[in-house]
Amino acid sequence: MTPDAPTLLIDTDLIERVLTTARGDGAEFAEIFVEDVRSEGITLDDGRIENLATSRDRGAGIRVLAGSKTGFAHTSDLTESGLLAAARAAAESARITPASLDGERIEVRFQPVEAAAIARRPESVDTDAKVALLRRANDAARAHHDAITQVSASYADTRRRILVANSDGLLATDDQTRTRFAVNCVATGDTGLQTGSESVGNTVGFELFDTVDVDRLATEAADRAITKLAARPAPSGTLPVVIGPGSGGVLFHEACGHGLEADLVAKGASVFAGRLGELVASPLVTLIDDGTMPGEWGNVAIDDEGQPAARNVLIENGVLVNYMWDAQRARTEGRESSGNGRRQSYRHLPMVRMTNTYLAGGTSDPADIIAGVDYGVYVARLGGGQVDTGSGDFVFGMTEAYLIENGEITSPLREGQLIGNGPKVLQLIDAVGNDFGMGGPGTCGKDGQGVPVGDGVPTLRVKEMTIGGTAA
Amino acid sequence: MSSPAALLDLSQSLVDRARPGEQIEVATSHSTSTTVRAYRQEVESFTTATSAAIGVRVIDGGRVGYASAGSLDREVIDELLEQARSNARFAEPDEHVGLAEPDGVEPTLFERFSEALADVTSDEKIAIAFEVERRVRAADARITGVRTAAYGDSTVAFALASTTGIAFAERATSASVSVHALAADGDRTMSGGAGDAAADPAGLDLDGVVERAVRQAVDLIGASKPKSGPVSLVLDPRVSSSILGVIAGTLTGGRIVKGRSPFIDRVGELIASPLLTLSDDPLDRDALGATSHDGEGLACRPVRLITNGVLDGFLFDAYTARRFGTASTASAQRGARSLPSPGAHVLSMPAGASGSLDDLIAGVDHGIYVFGLAGFHSGINPVSGDLSLGVDGRMIRNGVLAEPISEATVGSTLQRMLLGITHVGSDRTYLPGGTVCPSMVIGDVMLSGD
Repeated sequence: MTPDAPTLLIDTDLIERVLTTARGDGAEFAEIFVEDVRSEGITLDDGRIENLATSRDRGAGIRVLAGSKTGFAHTSDLTESGLLAAARAAAESARITPASLDGERIEVRFQPVEAAAIARRPESVDTDAKVALLRRANDAARAHHDAITQVSASYADTRRRILVANSDGLLATDDQTRTRFAVNCVATGDTGLQTGSESVGNTVGFELFDTVDVDRLATEAADRAITKLAARPAPSGTLPVVIGPGSGGVLFHEACGHGLEADLVAKGASVFAGRLGELVASPLVTLIDDGTMPGEWGNVAIDDEGQPAARNVLIENGVLVNYMWDAQRARTEGRESSGNGRRQSYRHLPMVRMTNTYLAGGTSDPADIIAGVDYGVYVARLGGGQVDTGSGDFVFGMTEAYLIENGEITSPLREGQLIGNGPKVLQLIDAVGNDFGMGGPGTCGKDGQGVPVGDGVPTLRVKEMTIGGTAA
Repeated sequence: MSSPAALLDLSQSLVDRARPGEQIEVATSHSTSTTVRAYRQEVESFTTATSAAIGVRVIDGGRVGYASAGSLDREVIDELLEQARSNARFAEPDEHVGLAEPDGVEPTLFERFSEALADVTSDEKIAIAFEVERRVRAADARITGVRTAAYGDSTVAFALASTTGIAFAERATSASVSVHALAADGDRTMSGGAGDAAADPAGLDLDGVVERAVRQAVDLIGASKPKSGPVSLVLDPRVSSSILGVIAGTLTGGRIVKGRSPFIDRVGELIASPLLTLSDDPLDRDALGATSHDGEGLACRPVRLITNGVLDGFLFDAYTARRFGTASTASAQRGARSLPSPGAHVLSMPAGASGSLDDLIAGVDHGIYVFGLAGFHSGINPVSGDLSLGVDGRMIRNGVLAEPISEATVGSTLQRMLLGITHVGSDRTYLPGGTVCPSMVIGDVMLSGD
């Protein structure tokens, strides 16, 4: 017997019996993932606190690997009978006969990993304090300008406790707290309606608001909406593009991040398959995925397969040096997981996912990067994106963009998308600034599962990209 | 699996605990599901699952509180009502807040439930995923792989009860199949995805899924970036439905009463081409989204949205209707774990007079036959109407299909696109997403490429 994992619902003895049952008469690997999530969300809209919603979700997913087959069963019933039934279902799904508990038993040993320290647990903060933040944001946005006709704001905190144990003897836990705040404004003018938003989210507790000023967040969202009232249609066609620091990280998330996920690589569904050691990007590009950045949105102590999070250099000075790996794909290739096995919840199988993905800072002065463009587009803020990993084609939305004329930022532009091809765009990066910043909290979707991810970039310039505007 | 009747008893038992002056609504659901993913004729994963969910909405003095959980354990349920009550204390009162009141419309009762699903064995489910993968690989020499072929099904029971006298329970089954085909093109791999859904496996159109996935992947081989300039878009029913879905989103009560739609104050005005007529038709039983009750328990009914280009009205749930000064159109959408909000159940557009997709293509001088649009979540602003989407497909020149294109976008606004519909096809199609619509041609959209 090993000491019980702290704070979790299931004792070690039951974990071992579940794993032994699931491994059955011949599976190579069995795993139990237990999750208990509590969250609170408060929304303000149309001038009033609209509702406060709390939710609780807990359950377990049991995975069995036998040959190339994976059997998986999940249940919200965490009693002994519920878990053993799920263990049998997972085994049978992998065409394995579940074991009786008389034979040799799997033993697990708790491997403590320190969870992120939380200074102010959101669940112990008065709801009134959370509500007050929303009211402040609403008041600040509306007072900022008469053109602001609608404001919504949301506060959310989540505490996700997980336990992972497997037939290799691993038993690990994590306790993940995330806190998020967002403001969305509508501005009304002669040209119609425009929107602006701003959000912040970190893997921290209520101490988030020791450093984040919600009034400033609100006025930034308001300014973004108001600026767009005077915006002209974005140009269409191929132009030089300068991407500002922070939110531009989504460019790399889409342009190459997904294509460096080992599961897609192995299936020939990535344009980066078979290119390790090759120059795949401009030598200015060093791309890193790092789940250990304290406080960042994609941060975890362990991934959802129990591997400690790690800092993985993917592209170094333009050369592709590694892909991202989960345990199953790493096992097939006879190597170590890179700590990128993640899942949306206990209802989902883990797969290769990014954590915090960022472009390392360069040496150029951002002002010089802009000054080097005669006619192009400056994207201050990017929205979400989407990629076809096979072709490498990706799109992402410009939520705040300006024209660059004769080396200077001029007119604001209406929304549009940028479209590019990952491998091409990586080669076309011709300047990287010294002003690195992380972007806002993101949710990355893959095969129907969403997980929290972070990204970041310094100012950078792409020699040419296609701007999806409506102006000729 | 819990029966609908047992869930209704459970929901009702919590509703019965209402205090004087308090409104309570309890939604519960229970489901079982299977997912099979095949890769190279092996079972990549086989998932068996049972899920339960409950959501409790309490309204007291115009204040809403909500609590939900992914479990029907007694201990969890007992916490929820108190949590919802406690949460309500923090909301600010709104005179329009309240549960739906039965409005005298009798429900048209039917269910999308197939008894046959329970008899489908695991081996038969695996065989469907294998068959789709095998047929995609065999269909064309240029297909180099299949990223995944998947089969899934679920059986769901749902119940809703409230202090206003709402009490109903229903059950439904669904089965789905999807495949993602890969075709090598030099350094690139072109992909084609397709899927279908029905009440049980017998209703799945495997031929259509295989054909569409293969055609999309191989037809994009050699795709290049097109020249920028104005074009017409030919949209098949699937692509049309994705655009119509965005339009319907701008006509929902929440966006209207809170000032977040370009179509506020436009009722009675021409907002679209006279060729466009659009409605929500939840009682069309052939449609996958057909339902007898909305998410607040009112009887579903047809709702006219646009007739010959003129805006008729909007989709409302109980709250947004009261705020707008009208009655709910029974358009509340919700799961057991979410608060209701208005939306279309079965978005429906009648067939036009312009013939088949081929006829539409033949009538376009300079345009794109669209295979897929990308970036809906980042490329469309449903408040301003600005739209910019990644596009792939084939150029059309003088009515004939020409070279494949990719790495391009099409840009416009929702307002302009509605007015720019120039032809509507006769090929009205029931789609797996629940929408029923034909092909169409939209003129004067800006193509951005080189």
